[in-house]
Amino acid sequence: MKKRQNKISDTGFSPESSSSGMKRRDFFKLLGGGIMIFVQPWKMIDLIDSPAEQGRSLPKDYNAFLHIAEDGTVTCYTGKIEMGQGIITSLPVMMADELNVPLEKVKIIMGDTDLCPWDAGTYGSQSTQSFGQSMRAAAAEAKVVLLEQASAQLGVPVSQLDVRNGIITDTKDPKKAISYSQLTKGKRIEKFLDVKPAMEDFTKFNYIGKSYKHSDANLKVTGQAKYTGDHKLPGMLFARILRPPAYGAKLKSVDLSAVEKLPGVKVVRDSDFIAVVSENRNKSDDAISKVKAEFTIDEIKVNDRNINEFLLRSDTTGNVVRTAGDIETGRKNSDKIFESVFYDGFLAHCPIETHTALANIENGKLTVWASTQTPFPLQDRLVREMAMSRETVRVITPFLGGGFGGKSAVEQAVEAARLAKLTGKPVMVAWTREEEFFYDTFHTASVVRVNSGIDNSGKITFWDYNVYYAGTRGAETIYDVPNAKTISFSKSRNAAAAHPFSTGPWRAPNANTNTFAREVQIDIMASKAGIDALEFRLKNLKDEKMIDCLKAVADKFGYVPAKSPSGRGIGIACGSDAGTWVAHIAEVKVDETTGKVNVIRIAVAQDMGLCINPEGALIQMEGCITMGLGYTFTEEVKFEGGNILSKNFDTYQIPRFSWLPKMDCVILDRKDKPPRGGGEPAIVAMGAVVANAIFDATGARLYRYPMTPERVIEAIKKK
Amino acid sequence: MEKKISFVLNGKRTELLIDPTETLLWVLRNQLGLTGTKYGCGIGYCGACTVLIDNEPVRSCSLSAGEVADKKVITIEGLAKNGKLHPVQKAFAENDALQCGFCTPGMIMNAVGLLNKKPSPTNDEIISGMEDNLCRCAAHKRIIQAVHDAAIEMKGGK
Ligand code: FES
Ligand code: FES
Repeated sequence: MKKRQNKISDTGFSPESSSSGMKRRDFFKLLGGGIMIFVQPWKMIDLIDSPAEQGRSLPKDYNAFLHIAEDGTVTCYTGKIEMGQGIITSLPVMMADELNVPLEKVKIIMGDTDLCPWDAGTYGSQSTQSFGQSMRAAAAEAKVVLLEQASAQLGVPVSQLDVRNGIITDTKDPKKAISYSQLTKGKRIEKFLDVKPAMEDFTKFNYIGKSYKHSDANLKVTGQAKYTGDHKLPGMLFARILRPPAYGAKLKSVDLSAVEKLPGVKVVRDSDFIAVVSENRNKSDDAISKVKAEFTIDEIKVNDRNINEFLLRSDTTGNVVRTAGDIETGRKNSDKIFESVFYDGFLAHCPIETHTALANIENGKLTVWASTQTPFPLQDRLVREMAMSRETVRVITPFLGGGFGGKSAVEQAVEAARLAKLTGKPVMVAWTREEEFFYDTFHTASVVRVNSGIDNSGKITFWDYNVYYAGTRGAETIYDVPNAKTISFSKSRNAAAAHPFSTGPWRAPNANTNTFAREVQIDIMASKAGIDALEFRLKNLKDEKMIDCLKAVADKFGYVPAKSPSGRGIGIACGSDAGTWVAHIAEVKVDETTGKVNVIRIAVAQDMGLCINPEGALIQMEGCITMGLGYTFTEEVKFEGGNILSKNFDTYQIPRFSWLPKMDCVILDRKDKPPRGGGEPAIVAMGAVVANAIFDATGARLYRYPMTPERVIEAIKKK
Repeated sequence: MEKKISFVLNGKRTELLIDPTETLLWVLRNQLGLTGTKYGCGIGYCGACTVLIDNEPVRSCSLSAGEVADKKVITIEGLAKNGKLHPVQKAFAENDALQCGFCTPGMIMNAVGLLNKKPSPTNDEIISGMEDNLCRCAAHKRIIQAVHDAAIEMKGGK
């Protein structure tokens, strides 16, 4: 049953109690009149990022809203943030279409805890698929309200009305027309969206499905876009903080005498938290290098070479996450059995903008500008750490210089807030690249053991999948296997206990690891069965989306079947992530004397449901492919004795221009399907497609990424 | 320790009373308010801090303020003329050659420097000329295209 006339106060929502900072009542007064639609998306969609998981109970009110002002301007308020993934462009496109207004009329306000409703954070490619969908529903609801109003004013039934460019017209008598701004003028209508209205039919879309350039491009090419570190307040101090030389190190003694004499520099100390501050960043950089400190080091034994063995020993019970049929029966029905172990190491996020925050306390109110993917959880954290009330803490998220999952931990913001309190001045904390590597929440090292079998016809008979520390994202079997079991040893969430460092999500968290293990194992079986790798996959798949993607990519690539290793250097891999399906075919060239591998070309097909902004989606696919070459070939955090040895871009290589293959991307036409995530899926199969192509070129099998020249040579020697 | 340093910054003569050993990057950002030039690594490995000094792309994180005395310095803010984007800026915007945009000022300055020297670069010359500028969002493909487009526009009577 549709409840249409909910007043806000009827729903138990009190304008005084807000899930964020500024008093709601003040804020709404500021907005003036118009129409406000509040969204409770969890009633409509299974939100993956549910607040309960984030340690905050579900807000009783709403988590997004849409305002149509008296001048007809549509503003979408969201706790999501823009970090290069392009929602600053795609969300307004969705609103414009749903409301039939010109795109210029739609504004978006993001990541400000005083103005925007609560949100768990921006990650998991959720912005478009769940959040965007609820905003579309809000827009659809707003349109219903507007049509009802127009119907009353024009004396024409709603069914007889049509909307174009923000103007509602009587289809029988076009002279009878009224605009959104005429309808909203002098009104104040508040609606609570708690049902899922019918959304605009895709055939009527004006904007969705067309391509848009980044709406923030001009700001960014002129250097005017303001990131956190570009803000300046009167009297602002730049802080540098004394850091330990290794994890597990404790401060033994410190000599600050040299620094205390420096002009224009102040030392700030709260027991072991020691910082130097200056209005001049150069001076604080200089001062921190002059602090003499001694630490006791409790040396951590695990290092980048023994981490995988260490993890294998850390949890031996595991959690069965999926079973089908019976593994023993499967084994008995097998003609060939394959047992493999796959490994990967720690990965760093390396956004070019390091963690940065500016904190200011004025009249008892703390305001923090921070480069964070999670403004609201940061607000919660500050409330706790600073012992302040939620009303007195505001987080503002300016443009982000990249996140990739790495800007969910927000230590720099807490540091800035502490220092602002200790100094009584606005304080900027901008981590150096070395600090960024040291405190990164790495993708976890992990191990996957896969045992599987096939019968003489090339059908997979069983799939026994054991993943250590990488969790289950991307661990779906995908293939049609009668007997399958997946066991996850320690969820990634608990990995912290086993790891020497903090770990966290890294673009398509762990799906890279799991897709690598699955797709290389599939390739091993195809090759041993003497069946072409594409044919083998199609033979063992029932999933139509996967089949369609594989066929589309084979077509785009101009794939000619052959048994592997064919010497051609062509590999296949496929997978799914964030509700989107991808298939890759790559061609590599391997220098067997140096072990150097070049990807010459790659084709990728992607089924992401309705594609809101095809150009934006292509950019994300190209970004995934290129970034994926990093974990495939070079990226691995080195560490020893609690110290992170990868400290900067000289010791940790990320992809460069010369690595670029020729890229052909296809997005399957799925206008009738809900939109799915696009920021991560195309990265998940990169490791596997390259490993399979290296095998096809050389007959050498790689079980570990990054596939460095040394590891390629080692694999060639072993074959 | 402080010294008077004079240079031409984005077309304007600029004088600073400053310790000449201070790093140019922070002088530009903090003392001069030109925050378009970014910090990415601090040791010359990423190119986010690239500016033009006498038309050559140079990494401002690895340069002291004293070293630009009497030189011509151009930052990303000084590229557009009378509100009109430089062809390289325009090509970056039109090709969607950016995502988060944090590497973009450095990329653009480096590309302008490259085109100053090689007005008609081949694809390989663009790649090797841009190779040491890092972009984590991986907008590389479109950046190469943008440099190509800018080269064409700059020759076409500009
Ligand atoms: S900050 Fe200067 S090269 Fe990275
Ligand atoms: S656009 Fe984000 S680093 Fe290049």
